[in-house]
Amino acid sequence: MIQALTHEDVRRLIKSQELQSQEAVWQELGWKTRNGCHVCRPAINYYLIADWPVEYQDDPQSRFVNERKHANIQKDGTFSVVPRMWGGITTANELRAIADAADKYNVPTVKVTGGQRIDLLGVKGEDLPAIWDDLTKAGMVSGHAYAKGLRTVKTCVGTDHCRFGTQDSTGLGIKLEKKLWGSWTPHKVKMAVSGCPRNCAEATCKDVGIVCVDSGFEIGVGGAAGMDVKEVQPLVKVATEDEAMEWVVAFVQLYRENAKYLDRPYKWIAKVGLEWVQETLGDEAERARLVAAFDLSQSIYQKDPWAERAKAEEAKKFAPLADLTLEAAE
Amino acid sequence: MSWIDIGAIDDIPLRGARKVKTKLGCVAVFRTDEATVFATSNTCPHKGGPLNEGIVHDNKVTCPLHNWVLDLESGEALGADEGRIETYAARVENGRVLIEASLLGRQAA
Repeated sequence: MIQALTHEDVRRLIKSQELQSQEAVWQELGWKTRNGCHVCRPAINYYLIADWPVEYQDDPQSRFVNERKHANIQKDGTFSVVPRMWGGITTANELRAIADAADKYNVPTVKVTGGQRIDLLGVKGEDLPAIWDDLTKAGMVSGHAYAKGLRTVKTCVGTDHCRFGTQDSTGLGIKLEKKLWGSWTPHKVKMAVSGCPRNCAEATCKDVGIVCVDSGFEIGVGGAAGMDVKEVQPLVKVATEDEAMEWVVAFVQLYRENAKYLDRPYKWIAKVGLEWVQETLGDEAERARLVAAFDLSQSIYQKDPWAERAKAEEAKKFAPLADLTLEAAE
Repeated sequence: MSWIDIGAIDDIPLRGARKVKTKLGCVAVFRTDEATVFATSNTCPHKGGPLNEGIVHDNKVTCPLHNWVLDLESGEALGADEGRIETYAARVENGRVLIEASLLGRQAA
């Protein structure tokens, strides 16, 4: 009798048998369907991206519509557009560009999100490349609000303005977002940095949450405020920003390499145990390997998908293939 | 049956789809294999989701809104769901995609 493979088995076999394409996975691991289904294809596509960033070519047809179109589909088939606002900081120029885009494309709803940025809801699929082109020219990139990847790094104002701030929480949030944006992960990843234990950025219910204290940075992992509400578990306390960056990147890469697709970090940690995560990341050499592996992946995947798709050659794919309602008069 | 040329097969990604606007409503043209295409109504019978945005697997598409799976040959919803989409004749010839000319809506005009 053939035993069904778990996701973890598949991940292990992709690595050990060096399976570098979906066809190889289907064939070598005995898939029963011709080319998978809507459940397995995005998972296998993610595992191949994470394990073979250089060798494997991302397959847009194995992605859910939101990640294929780089926008969130809404109930009426329109999309929402969320530009990135690094650490929740914006400028008058960016706000003007967003307002102009909202006018130009008749955006019916403009909403402030919980992740400290602005959502333009109700954009027609055919208008996406044009609105991205406008936002790109104002210096903005995709906020990946649609991705199983890094979403936002929420921050409070920290030592710049707050009388209680102990560290530059906004600055660290921006650094983390600039380092991690564009990376694909097993599920969405939300982060936050609070400048003191009053925790105005609500860091203790994020996948990775940092609370600044006088002596440094308390890094917590495995928080969530979704179907389940979870408080972060303490991963480590470090003294410097550089160490905080290193630990967060290494944690994200460990999660990328090991978790089942669609397991948020809290679910994954519940399976492997916080102790294993701490022990693995506590090894300096392993931490360095994880950071290097993440950097390699980012050298390929940290590209703004909006800028790429705003170009004419890609933009035309967002229009209908043909319009038979425009019959030439004879 | 008469046919209309709607574009090149390579303009539809393998295991993907494109939308075609017609007088009878939007039609989705799916490419399930190198030279195999199907044309159906683009509207999911459940809540009207745009099927051209779904994941294409075997000769089926999964609606992007609530994961209804529709058979592109019969148009029938699969599994526990009940519903059907209109199907239209489509074929590939010399690298071009042809769909049935009734989609020009001439009879209705």
